[in-house]
Amino acid sequence: MPDAATLERLVGSLKASDADSVIGTVESPGRVAIEVKPQSIVGSLEVLRAAGYGFLASVHGIDYYPNEPRLGVDYELLSREACDRVALTLRVSTEDPHLPSVTPSWPCANNQEREAFDMFGLIFDGHPDLRRILMPEDYEGHPQRRDFPIGGEPVLFTHNEHNVPRWFE
Amino acid sequence: MSTVDPASRELSEYRKMEASVTISETTEFEGDRELLTLNLGPHHPATHGVLRLLVTLDGEVIRRLQPIFGYLHTGIEKTAEQKSYWKAIPVVERMDYVSYYFNAMAYCGAVEALLEVEIPKRAQYLRVIHLELNRIMSHLVFLGTSALDLGAISVWWYCFRERETLLDLFEMSSGQRMHTRYFQIGGVIEDIPEGWIEQVRKFCAIMPERADTYGDLLNKNEIFLQRQRDVCPLPAETLREYGVTGPLLRAAGDPWDLRKTMPYSSYEDFDFKIPVGTKGDNYDRFQVRLAEVKESVKIVVQALDNLPDGPTITEDRKIALPPRHELATSMEALIHHFKLVTEGMRVPEGEAYYAIEGARGELGCFVRSDGSSKPARVHMRDPSLVNLQAAPAAAEGWLIADMLATVAMFDPIIGGVDR
Repeated sequence: MPDAATLERLVGSLKASDADSVIGTVESPGRVAIEVKPQSIVGSLEVLRAAGYGFLASVHGIDYYPNEPRLGVDYELLSREACDRVALTLRVSTEDPHLPSVTPSWPCANNQEREAFDMFGLIFDGHPDLRRILMPEDYEGHPQRRDFPIGGEPVLFTHNEHNVPRWFE
Repeated sequence: MSTVDPASRELSEYRKMEASVTISETTEFEGDRELLTLNLGPHHPATHGVLRLLVTLDGEVIRRLQPIFGYLHTGIEKTAEQKSYWKAIPVVERMDYVSYYFNAMAYCGAVEALLEVEIPKRAQYLRVIHLELNRIMSHLVFLGTSALDLGAISVWWYCFRERETLLDLFEMSSGQRMHTRYFQIGGVIEDIPEGWIEQVRKFCAIMPERADTYGDLLNKNEIFLQRQRDVCPLPAETLREYGVTGPLLRAAGDPWDLRKTMPYSSYEDFDFKIPVGTKGDNYDRFQVRLAEVKESVKIVVQALDNLPDGPTITEDRKIALPPRHELATSMEALIHHFKLVTEGMRVPEGEAYYAIEGARGELGCFVRSDGSSKPARVHMRDPSLVNLQAAPAAAEGWLIADMLATVAMFDPIIGGVDR
């Protein structure tokens, strides 16, 4: 986690490249995330890359249900020189879950963006191959959303198979 | 019985979608050469689990490689959200099923970061001992299975003999061979039993020699060498671009190891080296892991020599269960026990990302807490999933036999990829 001065410098350089990109910082014990606007994520990541945070360790989706905007994406960055981590985060709504893909500039985000799409329905515009990665391609819904029920699928046994629609397919 | 005539049924949406797909004979050409698309897996002995590889071949040469995941997806991240923090440990351990101590460590570390709890020194050392034994075990599984893929079956038997010893040690310390649930939030579940240290020392005394034996078995095997040396190399620059970490990155000469650069769980106390390769080919990937086994033995020995006394789990009764004898005498202990077992611990709101050096690279666990007793999000940044992104870059342009060797050297564990 960067100290206060470094964090201020990072936020300053983010603001210098795009004046209204930064929304705020989210602090937890041992971790700090800079919240940016979804549309400015590609530029913001480039600014942090120039500041030494050149390794994108993890990209993952989060559902903040019932808070709005519900969906979030975290970008965990690592500076190998300073041995320090900082995160970028952003929020989008379920009605408009579009955000720019960072895969063209960070190839390591490819699978992880696909997973976030699969699990949360986040649509990464500009991703070269945005398909489901873990769930079957005909699956409906995005199972990691907090309002997605668990145990919603009937289990097929011989005694109830006739009651399950289209079991013979 | 159903009386619906199958011919008169209307097609479901999915069947319609399926019918609209033309599995046609569109042949791909490269110049005047016809390409063949071949489906390797998901059930194939050389894919280490249920990894499906879609390969486009020009003769025997790979032109395109596309790994397809999801055949082992069990929704562990979703399941973990339904359980209280300490009950999520067993499911998290089952993600990458060969390195369960690492999974538990990453998850517990993330929750401990949120709780801001101090881990007793003895617990940190016990964690290090188990993590390093697990690293040896994981590398032995890698060594055995990948040598098996290349036709060297005897190495497999030898590796699994040592692995069996390790599993016995795990069983002795925790009661389970695999998925031990030994790491708890705040420390480890209980102290090691009498005689365990001697058993571990006995193992540490023979393991370096055994590692040399395996090295000799393979290093003097002409078939193995020809299939490994200078095969599918990738420079460190490309690997970093694809987010590759761990032994694969070190094989290319980049000495990045979180145990050294960002120490956790008292790794700064130990003296060990980071083996690196020079070329980044398959041979280096194999050698780096073999050398890591010996370094792990060194760490275990040092940890055993300097194992501090003291508690093995935090004294904070809001996090760790009180010892059994207190329940009979202390009302508070009984209340804490009841609250922990029924509801679980409440974790302050916040987010944590805790990364450790797993057996395959950076294993990061992201946990978000909404203030309740269940995690609102558990995400594992599994090195297998990220590392596999570099497999096409490594294998394209090489023979299909080299690709199988490379997938073996990438050592993906599909339980970790799919979770």
